Amino acid sequence: MMTFYWVSLILVSLGFTGLLFRLVKGPTIADRVVALDAIGISLVSIIALLSLIIETEFFLEVILLLSILSFIGTIAFAKFLERGEIFDRNNHN
Amino acid sequence: MSFVFLIFLPLLAALFVPLLFKKVGKIHTGWFVLIVPVVLFSYYVSLLPTTIHGGNLVSEFQWIPSLDIAFIAYIDGLSLLFTLLITGIGALVVLYSIFYLDKHREQLHNFYVYLLMFMTAMLGIVQSDHLITLYLFWELTSISSFLLIGYWYTRDRSRFGALKSMMITVFGGLMMLGGFVLLSIMGGTYSIRELIPQATELVSHDFFLWALVLVLFGAFTKSAQFPFYIWLPDAMEAPTPVSAYLHSATMVKAGLYLVARLTPIFAISGTWMWLVTGVGLFTMFWGSFFALKQKDLKGILAFSTVSQLGLIMSLLGTSAAGYHIDNIAETTFKYAGFAAIFHLINHAVFKGSLFMIAGIVDHETGTRDIRKLGGLMSLMPISFTVAVIGAFSMAGLPPFGGFLSKEMFLTAMLSLTEFDLFSMDVWGILFPVVAWLGSIFTFIYSFYFVFHTFAGEHKPDQLPKPAHEAPIGMLVSPVFLALLVVVIFFIPNLIGDWLVKPAVLAMQPFLYSSPEDIKVHVEAWHGFKLEFFMTLGIFAIGFLMFWTLRKWQKSYDLFPDAISLNALYDNMMFLSDTGANRFSRIYMTGFIRSYLVYMFSFVVFIVLGTLFLTDAFAINFTNLAPIGFYEVVILIALVGSTFTILFSKSRLTGIIALGAVGYSVALFFVIFRAPDLALTQLVIETISVALFLLAFYHLPQISRKEERMRFRFGNALVAIGVGTTMTLVALSSLSQKAMPSISEFYKETVYKEAGGGNIVNVILVDYRGFDTLFEIAVLGIAGIGIITMIKLRLTKKEDQHENK
Repeated sequence: MMTFYWVSLILVSLGFTGLLFRLVKGPTIADRVVALDAIGISLVSIIALLSLIIETEFFLEVILLLSILSFIGTIAFAKFLERGEIFDRNNHN
Repeated sequence: MSFVFLIFLPLLAALFVPLLFKKVGKIHTGWFVLIVPVVLFSYYVSLLPTTIHGGNLVSEFQWIPSLDIAFIAYIDGLSLLFTLLITGIGALVVLYSIFYLDKHREQLHNFYVYLLMFMTAMLGIVQSDHLITLYLFWELTSISSFLLIGYWYTRDRSRFGALKSMMITVFGGLMMLGGFVLLSIMGGTYSIRELIPQATELVSHDFFLWALVLVLFGAFTKSAQFPFYIWLPDAMEAPTPVSAYLHSATMVKAGLYLVARLTPIFAISGTWMWLVTGVGLFTMFWGSFFALKQKDLKGILAFSTVSQLGLIMSLLGTSAAGYHIDNIAETTFKYAGFAAIFHLINHAVFKGSLFMIAGIVDHETGTRDIRKLGGLMSLMPISFTVAVIGAFSMAGLPPFGGFLSKEMFLTAMLSLTEFDLFSMDVWGILFPVVAWLGSIFTFIYSFYFVFHTFAGEHKPDQLPKPAHEAPIGMLVSPVFLALLVVVIFFIPNLIGDWLVKPAVLAMQPFLYSSPEDIKVHVEAWHGFKLEFFMTLGIFAIGFLMFWTLRKWQKSYDLFPDAISLNALYDNMMFLSDTGANRFSRIYMTGFIRSYLVYMFSFVVFIVLGTLFLTDAFAINFTNLAPIGFYEVVILIALVGSTFTILFSKSRLTGIIALGAVGYSVALFFVIFRAPDLALTQLVIETISVALFLLAFYHLPQISRKEERMRFRFGNALVAIGVGTTMTLVALSSLSQKAMPSISEFYKETVYKEAGGGNIVNVILVDYRGFDTLFEIAVLGIAGIGIITMIKLRLTKKEDQHENK
């Protein structure tokens, strides 16, 4: 079973490296943001697999948090790219 | 009676002076002040019977007992002589100042407060037995002298003179403090009385020469010796009573006092004798030579003071020869110390009167320029008489006190040629020659001072005011001093027995046990000896040269101002000011980049230097954990994203790459089994990337150029250096772990003692909760800081922008 985990980990890591390349190289900002989002997701799987390998359940919170952050981060970037700002100004003031 | 408190009496009186000035405006404040020196003088005269026979009195007042610092008033012949000069001439000067300074136009409260402050300081110097309090009073004279010179502070020259004297005397004072500290280290005590018996051991100590030179710096600067005399002529901007009191009779003699007081300690050394005698004699010649160049009455007197102080200094140095000759009673060196003290009294008396006359001339004619003055003899007969007496005494003519001291001076200088230690037998002949030349110039400038002011033709058209005799009150003090000058000539041995011999005893305690042992008898006539012919020569040549003064005085203008000592001082001040400015401007560029380069370079330099010097490099891989495959991968990701930041073309790429670095670090936390850290790191990294984006968005358009970071070799060098240094430090510290970790304790007690399962959280809030508290505080401060920075905009322009 352990071998299976390791193989999966290596495969995900290869994906991670590919994403990292896209992050560095990525011709447009959007490429990089998507790469970053995917990196977040692959980090989730990496951490999950690592938890299995080192046999601990303490990192499950990290996985949840990472998923949320990855989502928020991507939204923020997307909003930034679209409108040039992240937080809307309150017009009532 | 604990007379140590009397030192502070003038200071205490100074507290009431402003009150008297403001409330009792009808009476000149000086009359109240006059009481102080008169009372002190009469009290100190009553101590005379004790010191005449070589006795002394001590009075102590503990100040900082734990540091062994106390005010110790020690009265022996030397201190009492100075004390009487200070209080006596002080009384006369205060009396003179009452008529000199107008009570309506002048700020008398300032003047008398400073003057009383000075009196305390001077009394403190001459009576202190403790070196530290002596230094304290020494600096107080510098400060009060500074205040008095700058009394008319609206004049540029006054301020310049005050600053100059302050710079030079405080420089010397600080040097002297160093000498005192060395003395106390060598002798183990601050008390001069206790240091003197140790003199023979001190001389072989390593610090001895240092202490000697440093103390002499203090004495030479204060007593206006070459090359430090330059402040004294500029100090003549002070009111004349101040010049008469400080810059002729008392303060400039503080250096002489110090030399005389420490003679028993230092005189064993040949350096002392050479320095004190040589510098003194050269100053004497130099001062008298340049006195003739002066056009200002007080300028002449200032240079003559310099010259006379040099004379006394050289005599003090010569008296040190007595230590090296076995049978002092047989030799002529016994005259030197006596002559020094005797001339010191003489000088204080006649120079005080001369300054007062200069002040009177200034006061009654409106000018001190000797070229405009002349023919005042018939208009100001009393002043003229006093001036003649003072100047003739200064020139060394009979029947005035100065004649006697001049004879003794020449005797002492001639005796140096017979002295066969310290290569005196080769160079000794120079001393009487220089002394003789100096005396000739002294003779000329004394005549120059009197006759170019009072004789010749009267030039009323050049004077700002019509000249007339001074009011009687102003004349009392100079006339009294002039009388003293004459009296000293006729009763020199009485003065000798009462004042001089006890003082000489204090200077040479190893040679004499009581004042009666000093077998010096002053005579106005002592046969056809060499000094008699030298005196005749001085009179003849001096008179001839004075007669032809107008013809050769112009040649003084040939000396260029640019290479004078004043120019040196000015240039030094200019250089230290603008030079320091320029130097700071070189390295204080105002760019944070430069400062960071300095800081990081020094970090590299200091850390690597320390590692190298202590031989602390160590790289030991034996206890390391095996490196896993996954760690290598994350490391590659980390390094890759770091390099992306460095070489990225756009800032946005940099920000994203920074985020990648943060996430890789979080991943490290995961594989090194730190879930709490990983959690926090992820959240914080996301927030900071968002903040970076926020900051990026607000960059002004113009600086948003997409440009790769410029390569700078220096920066690269520093960066590589810092990285290498820190790696080396980390490796070395890892390889040399000295003690086992204390974390075992936490592991054992985390549940048992603290009732928790999460060891990190228990440490944060239980074992070491204090740190957490203050990190919360830091976070709070940061939050408040951000709010204030955003909300609080005080400039109007920004305010409007905000309101749009």
